[in-house]
Amino acid sequence: MSAQTDKRHPYRRPMRGWWKRDRYYIRYLAMEATSILIALYALILLFGLLRLGQGEAAFNGWLEALRSAPSVALHVLLLLVFVYHSYSWFKVMPKTLPAIYWRGAKLPQPVITRIGVCAAVIVNLLVIILLTGLQP
Amino acid sequence: MKRSNEPVFWALFGAGGMLSALTGVALVFVTGIGVPLALLLSPELMSYVNMLAFAQHWLGKLVIFAVIALFLWHATLRILLLLHDFGIRAGPASALIGNGLALLCTLAAAYLLLALGF
Repeated sequence: MSAQTDKRHPYRRPMRGWWKRDRYYIRYLAMEATSILIALYALILLFGLLRLGQGEAAFNGWLEALRSAPSVALHVLLLLVFVYHSYSWFKVMPKTLPAIYWRGAKLPQPVITRIGVCAAVIVNLLVIILLTGLQP
Repeated sequence: MKRSNEPVFWALFGAGGMLSALTGVALVFVTGIGVPLALLLSPELMSYVNMLAFAQHWLGKLVIFAVIALFLWHATLRILLLLHDFGIRAGPASALIGNGLALLCTLAAAYLLLALGF
């Protein structure tokens, strides 16, 4: 049914290009689009697990593929995407939580975001430092 | 009233989002940049022998399973929302395909980890 023939709903706002209307929408889509690359990273790890089960030669092939230039470039992109995911995750978090009270006052949203981002920086650094110290 | 199954998917979404927000950057750096280029990290860290030992330990299994499964469940829900935003309604069909694929990968990860033994 086209917009013209439908007398009960004569006008339907066109949705084409809706995401270009507002910078907020673009930021929202950027946040949602990180999921595609997060899924890709999980699949890369799942494939590595499959190769691990197939023996040493198969697993070394996977490691060799990780050393290729396209793979390193992809992982640099993945790194940036995960940084943005981490930031946007904690940026949105206070809006999804019930209000938190601290000494009788509501904890402001930017404070929750800052705590989250600090936690992310600390945990990520801990993982890297732990593994750097673990030189077999 | 019919019970909704949505809280289950939102819980997995939240767990995966939090885990990836806290550890994703480090994991990508270690597996995709640090170890392959021997940058800060020894390539030996991810050698076959070391990775096999890690994946045969119960704690290692838990870490690998949590990362793969939760990252995927997190991403699946957002991809379904993204499709919805571009006019592909998250009806039973797209939800079934999306969640089905995530479930399939979860079961594959569990099977592969168990097949490696303890």
